[in-house]
Amino acid sequence: MPRTAGHPRPAAHLHTLRSGLRAYGLIAAMWMRSTMTYRASFAMTALANLAATSFDFVVILLMFAHVDTLAGYGLPEIALLYGSAGTAFGLADLAMGSMDRLGRRVRDGTLDTLLVRPAPVLAQVAADRFALRRLGRITQGLLVLGYALLALDIAWTPLKAAVVPMMLLSGAAIFAAVFVAGAAFQFVAQDAAEVQNSLTYGGNTLLQYPPTVFAKDLVRGVTFVVPLAFVNWLPALYVLGRPYPLDLPRWLAFTPPLVAAACCALAGAAWRAGLRTYRSTGS
Amino acid sequence: MRLYAVVAAGGFRRYATYRVATAAGVFTNTVFGFIMAYAYIALWDERPQLGGYDLSQAVTFVWLGQALLMTCAMMGGGFEDELIERIRTGDIAIDLYRPADLQLWWLAGDLGRAAFHLLGRGVVPLLLGALAFDLALPASPLPWLAFLTAVLLGVVVSFALRYLAALSAFWLMDGAGVLQVTWLAGLFFSGMLLPLTLFPGALGELARLLPWSSLLQIPADVLLGKRTGWGLVHAYAFQLGWAAALLAAGRLLQSAATRRVVVQGG
Repeated sequence: MPRTAGHPRPAAHLHTLRSGLRAYGLIAAMWMRSTMTYRASFAMTALANLAATSFDFVVILLMFAHVDTLAGYGLPEIALLYGSAGTAFGLADLAMGSMDRLGRRVRDGTLDTLLVRPAPVLAQVAADRFALRRLGRITQGLLVLGYALLALDIAWTPLKAAVVPMMLLSGAAIFAAVFVAGAAFQFVAQDAAEVQNSLTYGGNTLLQYPPTVFAKDLVRGVTFVVPLAFVNWLPALYVLGRPYPLDLPRWLAFTPPLVAAACCALAGAAWRAGLRTYRSTGS
Repeated sequence: MRLYAVVAAGGFRRYATYRVATAAGVFTNTVFGFIMAYAYIALWDERPQLGGYDLSQAVTFVWLGQALLMTCAMMGGGFEDELIERIRTGDIAIDLYRPADLQLWWLAGDLGRAAFHLLGRGVVPLLLGALAFDLALPASPLPWLAFLTAVLLGVVVSFALRYLAALSAFWLMDGAGVLQVTWLAGLFFSGMLLPLTLFPGALGELARLLPWSSLLQIPADVLLGKRTGWGLVHAYAFQLGWAAALLAAGRLLQSAATRRVVVQGG
């Protein structure tokens, strides 16, 4: 098909996106087949994944065995924060959780193999070792979220009801952007995967607790520097009718999709910049 | 003996090579230390003296957990992946051929690794935690010495557990599942998630009897001055007992496993 002279770039972008998704799907399917070779081990790791992520909530339950409220929040309210953060992070982790292996690939030179293949590198890295066991985390997040929605006494409006799925999807996109930006950082600092983990896993842990738990400066940091507060704090506090941290305006509850889009754009730019600086080890 | 000292030094040097990774790890431990410390402060604000700790002792517990996470390999990160890989590929045959004891060889390497992680990833987070929060750290050297002894014993118990888990690869080929279950138990029953004194009733009693309490709960209690005199002797005896029992079990399993080894030519 001949290119229309006026709009070559959107079409090219669309093509890249489509081939990226296709590559992602093929690689992910391959890894799923490979995982299923050792079925007993898969069952164990999937269960372990579910249990591991449940531990965080068990800790919260153990805390609530001793107290009625934590920093002014009751158990169902914290469960809403926990479930929304966990589900959003679980979605991002399923899709992008392999990004933290990029540093290793840069170090041992196996990234070169991906560069010569006719598929977008980002899709190949993201789908590498695609792990279906990560469904455990999503399952667990959704279960806690379900409990929260049943246990909470909320005066539902259509707007509030719409905020919940919006929060999960935007939150997943924000976490995914952090994964990609973290991977881009690893082009520079090759064995600093843990810095990325502290933002992703650490961010997830942070968002499980209400903002009133943390010092103001920390809350400022995760609102204005790394906008994790948009994953669930701002939309969830709107649903709960709770005061916002830092006296932020309430309409911010509806901005997560915009924040997510901006984060993804920034992360994409960082990724392309990182990829350009890549020099093979030559080994 | 000299051989194992060299192996231990090798284990230390090996991890010392990864300077950026160590710095990144310190960053992560510090981030998690802050998050957990604030959550604990919220909890102890509601219930001072919860679990027998005052607020500053509770926050100290958090930072000790971050300092010992890698040292006692609560979430793994030691030799076990490599041992499993050697079992899977058959390279283990070469190890068995060496004039060294397989278990002691890996133990020596793991002690070297633990020593590096204590210095590389333990000291700085604890210092940063002490700068940001009011920690209940002892001023005299004696409790620190008692603490380091408990940490050493904790590392041996941790090694013995992970060694047992890794040997399962002789039967399962893919040891990832068993390792993950082991790490989970380590995370939950070591006190890393919450001090074991906060676990309710029978669960708490069970948790305090399991070997994993040697990894964090006991060393932390020793440093916080909860275990002195006969209590300290009792704590050491508990750790030594588990270390001996688990190492012996590893030895038994190892001899059963090596009888199974069939070396494929090539």
